Amino acid sequence: MGQEVNNEKVKILQGNEAIVEAAVAAGCRFFAGYPITPASEVAETMAQRLPQVGGVFMQMEDEIASICATIGASFGGLKACTASSGPGISLKQEGVGYASAVEAPIVVINVMRGGPATGMPTAVGQQDIMQAKYGSHGDYEIIALMPSSCQEAFDLTYKAFELSEHYRVPVYVLSDEIVGHTREKVRIPANLSPVERKKPAKENFQPYKAQANGLLDGMPGFNEGYRLLIDGQLHDEQGNRAAHLPDVCARLTERLCRKISDHADQLVDIESSYLEDAEIIVVSFGSPSRPSLRAVKDARAKGIKAGYLKLRIIWPFPETKLVELTAGARTLIVPELNIGRVVNEVKRAVGGQKEVVGLSKLGGLLHTPGEIQAEIERRAQACTR
Amino acid sequence: MHPLGEKYLRKNALPLLWCPGCGNGTILNATVRAIENLGIRDRLALVGGIGCSGWIPVYIDADTLHVLHGRAIPFATGLKMSDPNRKVIVFSGDGDCLGIGGNHFIHGARRNIDITVIMVHNQIYGMTGGQVAPTTPTASKTKTSPYGNPEMPFNGCELARASGATYVARWTTAHPRQLSKAIAEAIDHQGFSFVEVLTQCPTQAGRVIHGTADPAKLLDMIKANTISANAAKDKSAEELAGKFLIGTLHHDTQRPEFAGYYYEKIHKAAAAN
Ligand SMILES: Cc1ncc(C[n+]2csc(CCOP(=O)(O)OP(=O)(O)O)c2C)c(N)n1
Ligand code: SF4
Ligand SMILES: [Mg+2]
Repeated sequence: MGQEVNNEKVKILQGNEAIVEAAVAAGCRFFAGYPITPASEVAETMAQRLPQVGGVFMQMEDEIASICATIGASFGGLKACTASSGPGISLKQEGVGYASAVEAPIVVINVMRGGPATGMPTAVGQQDIMQAKYGSHGDYEIIALMPSSCQEAFDLTYKAFELSEHYRVPVYVLSDEIVGHTREKVRIPANLSPVERKKPAKENFQPYKAQANGLLDGMPGFNEGYRLLIDGQLHDEQGNRAAHLPDVCARLTERLCRKISDHADQLVDIESSYLEDAEIIVVSFGSPSRPSLRAVKDARAKGIKAGYLKLRIIWPFPETKLVELTAGARTLIVPELNIGRVVNEVKRAVGGQKEVVGLSKLGGLLHTPGEIQAEIERRAQACTR
Repeated sequence: MHPLGEKYLRKNALPLLWCPGCGNGTILNATVRAIENLGIRDRLALVGGIGCSGWIPVYIDADTLHVLHGRAIPFATGLKMSDPNRKVIVFSGDGDCLGIGGNHFIHGARRNIDITVIMVHNQIYGMTGGQVAPTTPTASKTKTSPYGNPEMPFNGCELARASGATYVARWTTAHPRQLSKAIAEAIDHQGFSFVEVLTQCPTQAGRVIHGTADPAKLLDMIKANTISANAAKDKSAEELAGKFLIGTLHHDTQRPEFAGYYYEKIHKAAAAN
């Protein structure tokens, strides 16, 4: 199906399939999941592909079991992944918190649909962005990436595995129904090597002794001679329970959060165009990025100084970089497929220095370029009036 | 310290957090003896649920995952499937295994995945302070059944067997030698193995259900409530009413084990690729 050109394979893939190909390329060898629209093709393709590379696919009895098995496999020595949507992602939340607390590198794919409860099973949404960051109880931090095309579904899934290993943290790929079900050209580099899993030194080994930067140095596995104690109860550096030791618990909780927030500058992934003289910038992420870019181009053609940003990592939120990139602009427009969530992060980041307008769309349809362009024009006129 | 304790206990995790007279120490002891007899320490992957009983594997100096309430079997499934040579043992309370984790339990058994589940049956939610459990006898008064438990208790062994477990045994903390032997058999068995342990919880079940916190009296009650599976064969239904059968209740070596079966498919698919 694919053809090889200049050291890369070009394939026509569905977004959900691109995620699987990236996971396999990154060295993922364990997947556990449970069927749900619009994420089922991830599981179906994993079921087909993983055994071909010696990997394990499991359809578990529910999404809770799926994420727990994924974490078990991660400590078992394999790069591991789970995928779901809406209700299934809700069921996984206790597991996400556990993975954060024990610092298990796992990748969680959320092919977002819309609405609470059963919601809109076959229609797009971006209503789980806040859940990704805050969905489990207690203080913790995760990383979340948002693809807007099948190519990005591939690139960002590969990157998710790199980040989860490096930071030892659950990493979300917040894809959505449109990306998941679109078929388009995906370029797969031929020389892509699996993501490395570094092993900690055995001498004076302590499972939760962090480096000065707050990160654990490598990921130990079961039956490798470490005699690990891994406990979701807050623990000391040895792994022993510390719920009765306020200082130890405070230190660990702070480190779990700061090992991500302190590295926010390294975790910036933003694409931009037409920024130089831009007065009105569309700040986009995920599927709305595509009509956003179209709208900005069309507005430019009409002589409006419009600019375009695409946030490919949404958590940690790229506050500093966003402020820097939008310094010259007067207005920021934030199109999103939810009631208006990220717009508040943008407002917080720019601190009242400029007009920030939400362009929220509910109901399971993507913004058209015309809708975004109309908002750009409205803001442009408001200023010239 | 006893030489076996010296060899197998995770010293920096001590002291044990259990109440004096708790049966969990007996189960820890029986497990360590089984591990010593099998000589499998380096292949062990231990998983503990949440509850007093979930702490048993924390004290064994091997590789241990102490997980979420009810979810020990799925975590164990990930460990087993990421390396089928592992010997994976789950320690789960009766609430952990049959209440919140009940669905994982029946599906683990259905798959016949090579995991050993040691279920600590103390008739109560011990760690949270004496609430009704899925194993609490009907009419018993607990903190959350103050008018008497209106529900019928689960029979863990029958549930395991009906769900597809291929090794099922029940013993008690009054039978430590037989218990250790059954645990060794269960670990050695290729398939989903289930060992239910009737045990005393003096602090909660003792005080709340039985009106005594005396471990010796509670052990006597447990003994009086059990009958060996062999002896039970000649007894009438009336004679067996309210009694727990003890011994090996089911042992099937024919049914294919999940990890071995699936890995064969994986090897074939990989070779064909
Ligand atoms: C999701 C969730 N619900 C509730 C609890 C609180 N909890 C901790 S232990 C426990 C019950 C333990 O009872 P059992 O499994 O019988 O173990 P035992 O303490 O009796 O050994 C409960 C309800 C929890 N930790 N997590
Ligand atoms: S509450 Fe019961 S089960 Fe828990 S440690 Fe005390 S005696 Fe043992
Ligand atoms: Mg109990």
